Amino acid sequence: MEANIFSNLLLGFSVAVTATNLMYCFIGVFVGTLVGVLPGVGPLAAIAMLLPATFNLPPVGALIMLAGIYYGTQYGGSTTSILVNLPGESASVVTCLDGYAMARNGRAGPALAIAAIGSFFAGTVGTLLIALAGPPLAEIALKFGAPEYFSLMTMGLIASAVLAHGSMIKAIGMIFVGLLFGIVGTDVNSGMSRFTFGASGLADGLSFVVVAMGLFGFSEILRNLEQGQDAASRELLTTRIKHLYPTWADMKASFGPIARGTALGAFFGTLPGAGPTISAFSSYAVEKKMAKEPETFGKGAIQGVAGPEAANNAAAQCAFIPTLTLGIPGSATMALMLGALTIQGISPGPQVMTQRPDLFWGLIASMWIGNAMLVVLNLPLIGLWVKLLSVPYRYLFPAILAFMSIGVYSVNNLDLDIYMTIGFGLIGYLLMKLRMEPAPLILAFVLGPLMEENLRRALLISRGDPSVFITRPISATFMAITVLLLVFMILPAVRRKRDQVLEEAVEQ
Amino acid sequence: MNLRINNQEDFWSGILFIGLGILAVIIASDYPAGTATRMGPGYFPTYIGYALIIIGLLTLAISLKTQGQGIGRFAWRPMILLSLGFFAFGWLIDRYGFFAALASLTLLASLAGREFKVMQTIILIISLLAGCWVLFIWGLDLPFPLWSR
Repeated sequence: MEANIFSNLLLGFSVAVTATNLMYCFIGVFVGTLVGVLPGVGPLAAIAMLLPATFNLPPVGALIMLAGIYYGTQYGGSTTSILVNLPGESASVVTCLDGYAMARNGRAGPALAIAAIGSFFAGTVGTLLIALAGPPLAEIALKFGAPEYFSLMTMGLIASAVLAHGSMIKAIGMIFVGLLFGIVGTDVNSGMSRFTFGASGLADGLSFVVVAMGLFGFSEILRNLEQGQDAASRELLTTRIKHLYPTWADMKASFGPIARGTALGAFFGTLPGAGPTISAFSSYAVEKKMAKEPETFGKGAIQGVAGPEAANNAAAQCAFIPTLTLGIPGSATMALMLGALTIQGISPGPQVMTQRPDLFWGLIASMWIGNAMLVVLNLPLIGLWVKLLSVPYRYLFPAILAFMSIGVYSVNNLDLDIYMTIGFGLIGYLLMKLRMEPAPLILAFVLGPLMEENLRRALLISRGDPSVFITRPISATFMAITVLLLVFMILPAVRRKRDQVLEEAVEQ
Repeated sequence: MNLRINNQEDFWSGILFIGLGILAVIIASDYPAGTATRMGPGYFPTYIGYALIIIGLLTLAISLKTQGQGIGRFAWRPMILLSLGFFAFGWLIDRYGFFAALASLTLLASLAGREFKVMQTIILIISLLAGCWVLFIWGLDLPFPLWSR
């Protein structure tokens, strides 16, 4: 088995280390970081924006570039969190706490460096985990039938709601809204148009890019404008980045948090539905518990940057495991990657590994190369990102909107897509106002058609008997975990604990 | 009875869920539901609609017993101007090309900001047009009409 993995990785590197693919990887991480640094643009919006750029590439190149964009946006997001205290997504909220405090103490350099080092370590471990766990998982997945897939997706969706921020009942509601949005379009089985309101442009369903861009891009800009985000309110700590490199004491203090953060992130990232946010939050809570001087947390403790950043990145990396082996995206961002695969004519799932080993292992090798490139690239380029961040928001947001509209339009060259983005942007803003989490919605939106299809098949096999989901052992296990998750969260004690952990991290 | 709602955001979330659920059930009733063994196109959406109604009612019930943070003001000006900007982009790009569409979007978006300075906006528009042309048309070869067709 070990020799096998070695030869597989070798194949991967032989695919990834060609001049063209290295260039795609470089462009990906560079542009990804560039967009990720923009305040208010999280990885999801950034990937949606850059997705069209990969359409004309060969499949391997496109995926390598997308993976580069994915990591690049994550790194860029941490840079923004540390320097301007503006998280691009919920996972970076934690990094803001101590990262920004460190920057205010004149230690922005070490904060950025430790974030990069922690992420690189986590990324390396994550890559190895994918290489090790991928093949056996895919083998198991090949035995999955419709009931197993349906139960697995149910588990993932419930997990995403349980682990989301805020009210759980509203998060579950958002799952159903997402499933409903997923139904829009032509029913594959009957050929009937559903929920299209007669618009022919909706026959293929709502476009993922449109929904993601509206809910996560457009609405975010509205929120920033509402809060009057501008140069004056953004305290940019640029002048004080002198020493970039952390001291030996910093490194020693960060080693434990990075290792623990990686473990936590790997665990949560592999679960479908859970993800970077919960990993980062729990890592912060763990580090604060374990610290000798917990009172320094929130005032610039390097452990509070190292742990969550490692956790965040490990989770981002391990989210590829369910995506690549089962064909089920673990997060909204992974759903976008999956969409990119489909556009390239590859149907994701356990068969990818055997049918396209070059693609699978090439992607894994390029993940590691991408992470390495980011460390090498990012630290010297910090000056450039700082310049970008000192551009006032009144120039940035029209530019972000321009990229968004070009990105949306280039998918289908349809003006309807642009109009629908407005709609979803306004919906997203309303949801934000009502404190409803859009992340479970978008995951359910992607899984909706798959869930309906698998439910249909499962019930067809069982002749309409729903007990099929609990009589088959694997499916029953998933369902049991789902029920446990729900019961667990309803228990008041556990719930208080979760809220405490989440709130403790945020409200400081 | 005191009708003051302390948890505005949960109250309206509940209303939203119920509304969407009812809409889903009504629309789906036009599609054949089939049976569990042979699910028709209306089967899945109908159940989702019911689930939404139940969750909406639960959310409503919770909203009457809890204290919320309040919804806050809506940023009407940016909402309207950004929507107009996007609409202009979509409408213009097919008819008058990439440059006209992008310039209108940038102008309308700039108006949504707190400060608006004419010269700065003109410079922004010109540099954005140039930058996007280099990046998307020249670099990525996207097949957009540049001028009016």
